[in-house]
Amino acid sequence: MAYQNAFAALSDPTRRAVFERLIDGSQPVGRIARGMPVSRPAVSQHLKVLKEAGLVTDRAEGTRRVYSIDPRGLGALRRYLDQFWENTLEAFAAEVEKDAAREEAKE
Amino acid sequence: MTKTITLAPVRKSLTVKAPQAKAFEVFTTGMSRWWPATHTTLKAPFKESIVEPREGGRWYHVGTDGSTSETGHVRVWDPPRRLVLVWRLNAKWEYEPDLDTEVEVRFVPDGAATKVELEHRYIERMGESGETARSAVDSPNGWSGILEEFRKLVDGV
Repeated sequence: MAYQNAFAALSDPTRRAVFERLIDGSQPVGRIARGMPVSRPAVSQHLKVLKEAGLVTDRAEGTRRVYSIDPRGLGALRRYLDQFWENTLEAFAAEVEKDAAREEAKE
Repeated sequence: MTKTITLAPVRKSLTVKAPQAKAFEVFTTGMSRWWPATHTTLKAPFKESIVEPREGGRWYHVGTDGSTSETGHVRVWDPPRRLVLVWRLNAKWEYEPDLDTEVEVRFVPDGAATKVELEHRYIERMGESGETARSAVDSPNGWSGILEEFRKLVDGV
């Protein structure tokens, strides 16, 4: 579930830009919004969606909210593909070994 | 300086009790025999997964009704050592012509056996697809359906 949301959240280019601002480390909303082509409330809204998707976390620091990347969000996508290849390669191995054993028996 | 989101590639390796050439052959021309039928771009039931044996060759699925749908293509064809497939399937398990993720498979002889090393990279690009990724959230054929299939596989149902 978590990573469906991660896909959807990052499909918006502005939201992805907001997310990418956090790659260098934690930042308060005001600093994230600086230089962005959208308003500060819009940036806050994007951060809210990213948080709901499990991609960022926030904490209070005095009167400010500081955001940082939550590495678990993108990890879910990776885990999915990891599991896919794990299962698929097992099926491949079973097939290739069956084939090789059959040929050996023929010789 | 521009920074972009990256994800570590998915890496898998396993050793199969078969010669290198046999492993390469079954992985490519024999793909229909082991590809999970649940994981396809087809609307019809899965019948075959075809990898055309040359650089630039198509990689597509064939359904029981004869319909076909694209999966990607062959970027590197270097039998029996190495294969790079371009995987153009998005979050909804649908073909997207602009999506470019790579699946590299190396076949390394290990005595009479072969070590198979697989790397699926640039997977963060799957997050860049717009509308389909959004609709994948609620689609029964989207991730949740696929994950359910996986659970069945993992649990041996």
